[in-house]
Amino acid sequence: MDEVVLELKDLHTHFFTDSGEIPAVDGVSLKLHKGEVVGIVGESGSGKSVTSLSIMHLIPKPPGKLVSGEILFKSEDISSASEKKMRKVRGNEIAMIFQEPMTSLDPLFTIGNQIIEGIRLHEKVSKKEAKARAIKMLELVGIPRADEVVDEFPHQLSGGMRQRVMIAMAMALNPEVLIADEPTTALDVTIQAQILDLMRSLNKEKETSILLITHDLGVVSEMCDRVVVMYSGQVVEEGTVREIIKDPQHPYTKGLIRSLPNLHKKEQSLYSIPGTVMRPKKDFVGCRFASRCEFAFDRCFQESPELYSLDNDRQSRCFLHDEGKGVEEFADTNIRS
Amino acid sequence: MTTEKKEQEKVDIHPNKEGYEPDEITAISPWKDAFRRLRKNRLSMTGFFIIVFFIIVGIFAPLLTSHGIDDQELVNRLQPPSSEHWFGTDDLGRDILTRIAYGARISLLVGFIAVTGALIFGTLLGIIAGYFGKWVDMVISRIFDILLAFPSILLAIAIVAILGPSLQNALVAIAIINIPIFGRLVRSKVLSLREEEFVMAAKAQGLKNGRIIFHHILPNSLAPIIVQATLGFGTAILEAAALGFLGLGAKQPTPEWGYMLSNARDFIQLAPWTLVFPGISIMLVVLGFNLIGDGLRDALDPKMKN
Repeated sequence: MDEVVLELKDLHTHFFTDSGEIPAVDGVSLKLHKGEVVGIVGESGSGKSVTSLSIMHLIPKPPGKLVSGEILFKSEDISSASEKKMRKVRGNEIAMIFQEPMTSLDPLFTIGNQIIEGIRLHEKVSKKEAKARAIKMLELVGIPRADEVVDEFPHQLSGGMRQRVMIAMAMALNPEVLIADEPTTALDVTIQAQILDLMRSLNKEKETSILLITHDLGVVSEMCDRVVVMYSGQVVEEGTVREIIKDPQHPYTKGLIRSLPNLHKKEQSLYSIPGTVMRPKKDFVGCRFASRCEFAFDRCFQESPELYSLDNDRQSRCFLHDEGKGVEEFADTNIRS
Repeated sequence: MTTEKKEQEKVDIHPNKEGYEPDEITAISPWKDAFRRLRKNRLSMTGFFIIVFFIIVGIFAPLLTSHGIDDQELVNRLQPPSSEHWFGTDDLGRDILTRIAYGARISLLVGFIAVTGALIFGTLLGIIAGYFGKWVDMVISRIFDILLAFPSILLAIAIVAILGPSLQNALVAIAIINIPIFGRLVRSKVLSLREEEFVMAAKAQGLKNGRIIFHHILPNSLAPIIVQATLGFGTAILEAAALGFLGLGAKQPTPEWGYMLSNARDFIQLAPWTLVFPGISIMLVVLGFNLIGDGLRDALDPKMKN
């Protein structure tokens, strides 16, 4: 694999609220190589968005705080970088696009102005040059009549167009890393596919590494090289897309994949994992998924599992691997008997 | 209307394929859009014309009348309206029309300066409180609360009492009592804007706090500020008139409308015109500003349109 562009080492981001300290991100480690697309998957409340905001230092503080851990960007730790340094990183080196294209653009400024603002912030170019580049970027992301759209206001564009504009804005400075926080959640399916295609081609063309945050396994299988599955603030499984989809190791991932509709099976109703995500608690002992896990046994409630390293750089946080059995075999012998 | 013309209109509304050029859609700025809506509002345009009328009267006061503001004709005291003195004369034989025309300058200027002062300080404090939060917000908001705890006119009286009665000090007092009104408005707007995704997106682009505040947050909170400023104009003029009436504002011979009312109080039965004309002027100006303010609110908030 190529060089590592972005690496998180044991990242802890906690929220200090009136009802106590909440470890929203509890020891997350992951690597993003150059030109790679890594997906972070998990339910709402699993800490995936907080992870991405932590990288950018955009956690609202208080109540949030990056408690410990390292964020290595091109082998430099930016976890405790100054605000001034972070402003240079944001947009220029690590760009971000958000979930809601409808509200991510300032309604009072033209599309062009907003792209130009970012370009001129990080590079010394004239307004004219910046505008020419903004138009070029808009063309690149497939916006028709870009030279006119550049002078239009956000309310004149549709959601899909606005998300393209957001991508153009993010890509205008050729960032090393693009963090996309559920970029297609608010869009309908056909537009979704177009936006994903666009991101894929930008990733190929410009070798931008993408950290894609989503709860949609369909999007993941289409886009990503590797996947990190998060649950209740922790990484529970990591592996390549193929491995995760075809052969999930952690019971939670298994549940997620089982709950996807399958074209080849006739099913009356879709499977859903019982219960809801446990709110991350401090000093919690036991597996966080245990209460919802169909394979749970005594040990799961008494000890906290570590990430087990499996073959091919795979990782999974489940005691079943200690029993020397895969989930499948264990399930066969213990549960369904 | 001829049939030909009707035909023409039809074509305009339903353009045929050749005539229809989707590429010709021009960018509509939200501000221009609001202005267009305002122009359609008859009531607020009426208000607008009332204010324009008083501005013109104020500017061209010397051309409108040959009398001076302090030309006393003691033989002509308390004369009813006549062809010589359209609005009559007051207790010192001064032409009331002249005094009202010159008074328009004072009242409008009072409103403008007091509102501008309150707007600048209130907006700044409100933005700082809303954007930075924490203890800064705590301190500023408590100051607002303290200011709002007093009835505004009482507070104005207290401030003028400390500074000494004069028109300038009345202005300062009116500006101060209006600061928390703007401050709280801006603070609440900033609090909600701060959570908007475009602010987060601007941060993610690497923009500085100052730039985000003045380029994204301030322009987006301008709509309610403008509305409040217009409505505040009316209140400020009323407050100045009230202070003048109480003898804490303008002094003789300044033709301030409130002060004119106060002087006329003694002749309310003998010469009602000394009271009626300044009173009507105050009412009209305040009404004008309120009409514009209401219209602006509707125009700037399209969601309320229906």
